[in-house]
Amino acid sequence: MSYAIQAEGLEKRFGETRALSGVSLTAEPGTVLGVLGPNGAGKTTTTRILATLIEPTSGHATVGGYDVVKQAHQVRQLVGLTGQYAGVDEMLTGTENLVMIGRLLGQSRRASKARAAELLERFDLVEAAGRPAKTYSGGMRRRLDLAASLVGRPQILFLDEPTTGLDPRSRGGLWNIVRGLTADGVTVLLTTQYLEEADQLADDIVVIDRGQVIAHGTSDALKAQVGGQVLEVRPVQASDAETVTAIVADLSGATPETVDGLVSVPITDPALMPAVVRRLDDANVPVGELSLRKSSLDEVFFALTGHHTDDVDAEADELVRAETEGARA
Amino acid sequence: MTTAALAPEHPLTRRVSPAAAVRHTATLAWRNLVQIKHNPMELVDLSIQPIMFVLLFAYVFGPSMTGSVQAYLPVVIPGIIAQNALFAGMSTGFGLNSDLTKGVYDRFRSLPIARSAPLAGRIIADTVKQAWSMFILLTVGFIIGFRIHTNPLAVVGAFLLLLAFAILFSWTSVFIAMKVNEPEKVQIFGFVVIFPLSFLSTAFIKSTHGIPDWLAWVIRNNPVTQLVEAMRGLLLGGPVLDHAVVALAWGLGITLIFAPLSLRAFKQRA
Repeated sequence: MSYAIQAEGLEKRFGETRALSGVSLTAEPGTVLGVLGPNGAGKTTTTRILATLIEPTSGHATVGGYDVVKQAHQVRQLVGLTGQYAGVDEMLTGTENLVMIGRLLGQSRRASKARAAELLERFDLVEAAGRPAKTYSGGMRRRLDLAASLVGRPQILFLDEPTTGLDPRSRGGLWNIVRGLTADGVTVLLTTQYLEEADQLADDIVVIDRGQVIAHGTSDALKAQVGGQVLEVRPVQASDAETVTAIVADLSGATPETVDGLVSVPITDPALMPAVVRRLDDANVPVGELSLRKSSLDEVFFALTGHHTDDVDAEADELVRAETEGARA
Repeated sequence: MTTAALAPEHPLTRRVSPAAAVRHTATLAWRNLVQIKHNPMELVDLSIQPIMFVLLFAYVFGPSMTGSVQAYLPVVIPGIIAQNALFAGMSTGFGLNSDLTKGVYDRFRSLPIARSAPLAGRIIADTVKQAWSMFILLTVGFIIGFRIHTNPLAVVGAFLLLLAFAILFSWTSVFIAMKVNEPEKVQIFGFVVIFPLSFLSTAFIKSTHGIPDWLAWVIRNNPVTQLVEAMRGLLLGGPVLDHAVVALAWGLGITLIFAPLSLRAFKQRA
């Protein structure tokens, strides 16, 4: 089995700052690989190395079977890149932007115009096609940027935080586009800081924190790896909460948490559920709500890193600053 | 789009052929020129500002400088052409920086195109803009009484010299473009450096008579003075070669320092 994307031990230093310290990942053809992590975790640096924009300090990567450093020109013929900042020329119209890319890729004038019209139609930009991109909304710019990365019908697509800063409707629209692409057989590497996004789109997920891969697997496998499921019980009477807590703790062997009368505990054995029901019945505790659900990716992230995805922002900002300054020094 | 995305349309190439590199450069030059269509302000920059400068300088300063507007034209027209070319050179850095900060450059670099094409395309587009500005300035000059005393070949020579100096000099703006995070900062640099540089030359004066010795020394040794004197020689007659050689030597010196610095800054930035 050959991988569409394969990276081994990628390291990148910007001056004193280590942006990546050994990132390895693989993506099979036609799948979506989600690279998940907070700001400053190294997602963008990883993407830029794989898209041949920067060279790794050490380590090795192939895209479509070609080395990203030694065969960068071949890699560039296979990939499309949509960055965190929409890489479109604001002074040009939507059509002109796409025609320019088509011409740069060696298409004839006629072919590039036809391709531009096709993509503008597909991304719902027909009405705005003749306006300079600087008049576009954020969502329209992202769509144009994505269209620009598809002009050459890439086999492998890098989407670096494609929905950051978008409203929920635009985000949903982009998700549908990504699903459509994989249906066409495109391999997608998608970085995101939204757990839901990775959960929704990715076949496989790599979790990156502080320049290192801290977990990888399918969304389900990751959830299973860190406890898998959460049992939640809400007694009808709040006064029963203590009894419920005692029973649940006894059976699961873990420490339950009670928030607003809802007792929850991570469990690994689904057979626990009937036992809990029996014991609650024996204790004569009426139950208003009883559920067994998979842990959210946020809980996964917490279990893996010891911090919630929201907590890291301040820290991450500092790292991002260091990364940017390192890049500019 | 339901066409298979699996197979590439063409077999992969191993490198960019010279013919393809020329096409890439042409496409990117087109891109830099077609922008003007959507940004009329740039046309103002390229046309109205030089016209305004010529008229203001000629009619306001002319009489006190040389006794009459007509006598001042041979001084001021070549001077403003030179100053304008230096300012236009700053737009190379300005455009480069907006491409870098807005992610456009990343897109170009992710494409299988010649690495030199983005910069080469910009330089070619800037050359067209330079030619346009010089044409406008000579036309306005002609209307108000400026006359070329040499031949068409010398005028072409003047343009080529101007262009060469502007391109060599614009490495300073490219370097600044690599170092700063906003295009506006490149513009500020342009004003802070080019304004004094062009005024501390013979671009707007006939002689350094009455200027303190130390300042006259600065003016005589300013590369802009050499450029302006060579331009006067090429448009009006008089010594050309000595001035042109010194001006180009300055330009080459600037390039030798700032081109490697720019490349280094670019690598660190990327």
